[in-house]
Amino acid sequence: MHIGLVHYLVVSALLFSMGLFAIISRKHAILVLMGIELVLNAANINFIAFAKYGGMNIEGHVAAIFVIILAATEAAIALAIILNIYQHFRHVNVDEVDDLKE
Amino acid sequence: MTDLSTYTTDLIKSFEFFKPETTLTATIILTIIFDLIFKKSKHISGYVAIIGIVIAGIFLHQQTGVEYKAFANLLVIDDFGVFMKYIILLSSLIIIIFTFYSKELHPGKPRLGEYFTLMMGMTLGMFLLVGSANLIMIYLSIEIMSISSYVLAGYTKEIKRASEASLKYVIFGAASTGIMLYGISILFGLTGSLNLFNINQYIASGNVDDMPLFVSSLMIVAGFGYKISAVPFHFWTPDVYEGAPVTITAYLSVASKAAGFAVLLRFFKTGLVDPSSGTLETWNLIGNIDWRYVLIVISILTMTLGNLVAVWQNNMKRLLAYSSIAHAGYMLMAVAVLNDNGATAVLIYFFFYMLMNLGAFFIVQLIANKLDTEDIDDYAGLGFRSPVLGVCLTIFLISLTGLPPTAGFIGKLYVFTSVINAGFVWLAVIGVVNSVISLYYYIKVVRNMYLRQNEHFQSKLTYSPTEILIVLMLAIPTLFFGVYFTPIVEWANLSVNILVNK
Repeated sequence: MHIGLVHYLVVSALLFSMGLFAIISRKHAILVLMGIELVLNAANINFIAFAKYGGMNIEGHVAAIFVIILAATEAAIALAIILNIYQHFRHVNVDEVDDLKE
Repeated sequence: MTDLSTYTTDLIKSFEFFKPETTLTATIILTIIFDLIFKKSKHISGYVAIIGIVIAGIFLHQQTGVEYKAFANLLVIDDFGVFMKYIILLSSLIIIIFTFYSKELHPGKPRLGEYFTLMMGMTLGMFLLVGSANLIMIYLSIEIMSISSYVLAGYTKEIKRASEASLKYVIFGAASTGIMLYGISILFGLTGSLNLFNINQYIASGNVDDMPLFVSSLMIVAGFGYKISAVPFHFWTPDVYEGAPVTITAYLSVASKAAGFAVLLRFFKTGLVDPSSGTLETWNLIGNIDWRYVLIVISILTMTLGNLVAVWQNNMKRLLAYSSIAHAGYMLMAVAVLNDNGATAVLIYFFFYMLMNLGAFFIVQLIANKLDTEDIDDYAGLGFRSPVLGVCLTIFLISLTGLPPTAGFIGKLYVFTSVINAGFVWLAVIGVVNSVISLYYYIKVVRNMYLRQNEHFQSKLTYSPTEILIVLMLAIPTLFFGVYFTPIVEWANLSVNILVNK
């Protein structure tokens, strides 16, 4: 079977939906973060697939590299913040971190 | 070879127009170095940051009237960007001065070096965002400013609610920028370019279907909407504004909103407006999707929800958070008409909004310094305990409501005028009704200050002359520009020029 652009797009769309589902449904902060990574990687697959099959220039590859770097920084910051939350709340369940709501 | 030499000339020329950003980058490094060398001094990095901001402002002044696409169309320098950069720079300057008088940032911390470093990082991110004309550049600069602001929101990490604010900010922020990135990747696939000018050219040639274009643009706008806290993406705003240190709350409510509005306007005008039809009076968008009504629905939801929920708030910071959502709604109303008139109104509104909102937040900070509370009930009798603060807070709140003779009235006047001129009278009516609702909760604070009393009624609150001076320096322009607003309006009229394909 010939693998074409559409296959990649379907995979990326699935990944994006799964990522969104994880962000919405998971309670654990780390799992929410993993959902976010899935969304970012879905976008990355799109960039690379379009760059390869769309006959587009290097722009797509460069974009993907930028996204990988930014995803790493974002994960580093988010994990530091989650660690700090753990020290205050003794858990990292996003739903139960709700001191601010009245 | 000719190719290479054109690149180098472009690069050298671009660096000439990159001076403000270069200055800010140097300032980031210098704040760290000075913090390491002068360990005894608490504020030395802050002074360095102020010097950096002033120098960046001077370089920015030299860019007035310049139109240039720098770094192979990555960044754009135009009058619109310069105006927004002035607002960002001015509010950074004011916030750094606020920081010197903040009590909550200081206990247990001998120095604030990294605070100023992150502040300057955020400013740099906003500068790049305001100027960027490339989707990856937009994503990159949004991340620069967001990552700094995630940390700053939880800067007082030993306070529980600040940590919570920071967690909520990072999760909502990362999720919405993720969605925005997916939108960018689809738009890249549709048009074959990440550059807004090339994208514009390609969609103008009519090779793109309406629906995919609409969906991908909507995802990108969702990312901007999160920055300006428009309604479906506003959930983080009240919690983050309440939990974060007051200085950062004030900064987020003005500067990062300014950057968000700037990039929103630029995305529409540079990316989606048909270059062949009149770009001055109305921006005719390419395709059959009417973005006006999408933006109008978002703006109505934003202001109505902001105002209605603000009515029930008892915490001053939370109240101002919902009020800032409502103000984003008013400004979105002017964006929604999609013409130069509306863009001018946004610029005018933003300048005045900066003065009054920063002023209100500074008074909240001063009161929290003395009374250790942000509860509106504790503001009882404040008008008599500290007359200057009472009067000034009243001025700021009246200005936020939009009553004459304050600057806020002029801002609202221009927004409503632009909406009515575009033929949306009913939208202006909704805006006015919303202003009336907002009067209730702003005046509730004033009533508490003057008509309620508590047991501390007699004890005076004293503030240092410099603190009073800073309050007055924000309050007097708020009144002054309410009467003599011509210079700001003229400046905004000159600055509405967003660079487009020609």
